[in-house]
Amino acid sequence: MSDTVLDIQTLTRRFGTFTAVDAITLLVNAGEVFGLLGSNGAGKTTTIKMLTTLLPPSSGEARVAGFSITTQAVDVRRAIGYVPQAVSVDGSLTGYENLLIFAKLYDLPRRERQARIGEALEFMGLTAEGGRLVGEYSGGMVRRLEIAQSTLHRPRVLFLDEPTVGLDPIARDAVWKHLVDLRTNYGTTLFFTTHYLEEAESYCDRIAIMHLGKVAALGTCKELEASLGGGGHTLSEVFVHYAGSALDSGGSFRDVSAERATAQRLG
Amino acid sequence: MTATLIHPLAGFIEKTFVITEFELRKLRHDFTELVTRALQPALWLLIFGQVFSRSGAMHTGNIPYLDFIAPGILAQSVLFVAIFYGINVIWERDLGIVQKFLASPTPRAALVLGKGFSAGARTLSQAAVIYALSLLLGVKLNWSPLALLNVLVIVVLAATLFATFSLIIACLVKTRERFMGLGQVLTMPLFFASNAIYPTAIMPGWLRTISHLNPLTYVVDALRTFMLAGSPSTYGLSRDYAVILLTTTILVLIGARLYPRLAT
Repeated sequence: MSDTVLDIQTLTRRFGTFTAVDAITLLVNAGEVFGLLGSNGAGKTTTIKMLTTLLPPSSGEARVAGFSITTQAVDVRRAIGYVPQAVSVDGSLTGYENLLIFAKLYDLPRRERQARIGEALEFMGLTAEGGRLVGEYSGGMVRRLEIAQSTLHRPRVLFLDEPTVGLDPIARDAVWKHLVDLRTNYGTTLFFTTHYLEEAESYCDRIAIMHLGKVAALGTCKELEASLGGGGHTLSEVFVHYAGSALDSGGSFRDVSAERATAQRLG
Repeated sequence: MTATLIHPLAGFIEKTFVITEFELRKLRHDFTELVTRALQPALWLLIFGQVFSRSGAMHTGNIPYLDFIAPGILAQSVLFVAIFYGINVIWERDLGIVQKFLASPTPRAALVLGKGFSAGARTLSQAAVIYALSLLLGVKLNWSPLALLNVLVIVVLAATLFATFSLIIACLVKTRERFMGLGQVLTMPLFFASNAIYPTAIMPGWLRTISHLNPLTYVVDALRTFMLAGSPSTYGLSRDYAVILLTTTILVLIGARLYPRLAT
């Protein structure tokens, strides 16, 4: 039996009268690649924000790497890495400096810092670019640097909110190659949201489809396809079945404009 | 795991300076900001200061008006740089930078205070310009190392104070448009309801009362005392320091409470 690294119990978040996340319960195993799918406004980002301690839940509880997100927030923060959807490295610092500040903030011992940063840059294929200002990086390089930055302290769980939004197919593949390597080499659990079904299909051990704040379906890709019955269903049919029509009303103006802005910055 | 047990206070101070260090590294990569910022105080001192000093309209006791206004312009520069500091925070929020720092174990107060200190460092170029111009214009400056050190400390503290105030506003309004509007509205009253460019003695009673609640008044008083030769403090230096330190501490604590709002 593998250990549970994420234990989510009836986790709920309300904004006024609107329930963004509605009593979701999920278990994620250590070393798993877990994808959270759903249309805009389904509650994916709100879920990630609660799990990364950025947003307190209205009710319910979750334990991340054994720590409670409500009463042990600082321990949770030490145990996780987070790659927000928007660009989260600083364009006016070099790649190396962006890593150095996080090495210091996460208390990496002084004598290990240089080795860790060098390793992280090499792992993400950025060794030659470490001394350049991040403002000059391409979109794919920015994302790889963000992943390097959030894994410098070897987190047990890495949360990624739409890690490949705005990237071209080649850059997306490169990002995924590095993410898979992270799991293989360090056993990092990956918990991510995406709109790209083919990514979920290729890389996820399990998938949860969220709809109107609830987990509408959960399982491996094969299981979900089989759940529709009759055989021969694609994941996109599964998605439409559980998450409703593609023309949903979800997603606020702010979400959409933030997502487009990110795509523009990276692309 | 690399979690090392560090005393919370030592950890807080260390993290504060890490934040400041990297804000300053950004400045090193882009020097133009420092140069453009030095222009504004130069204009105030050379044009406003010169004109009013000739008119003799301001009665500043036994110190010449230009001497009187030089520390006031330094305080004004600090205020103007610091009060718009929150815009950077909103910018970092529109990217994902704020969220990433908040998801790290860094104490919130260290994030807030570290940024405040860096605003202080940004105003030092203006202090240098004001000292140079004051020297040229014949202002009688106090060059004792202790006085200079005190000016430095007050400038950095004052910038921290107003930058943190600005950050609090940013946490409350969250958008650039609303922030810019509020920044404009707040700057002028803070500046004019202080002793920066005229003595509080010539103010109407109600304005004088307000000026006594304005931390900028105590910043100017302390700067005037240390910067000029033979200019005694109006309110007493210990009161000046107490007001500045206490206000900064309270604002940093409020800022630390509000900062996580930027991630939601």
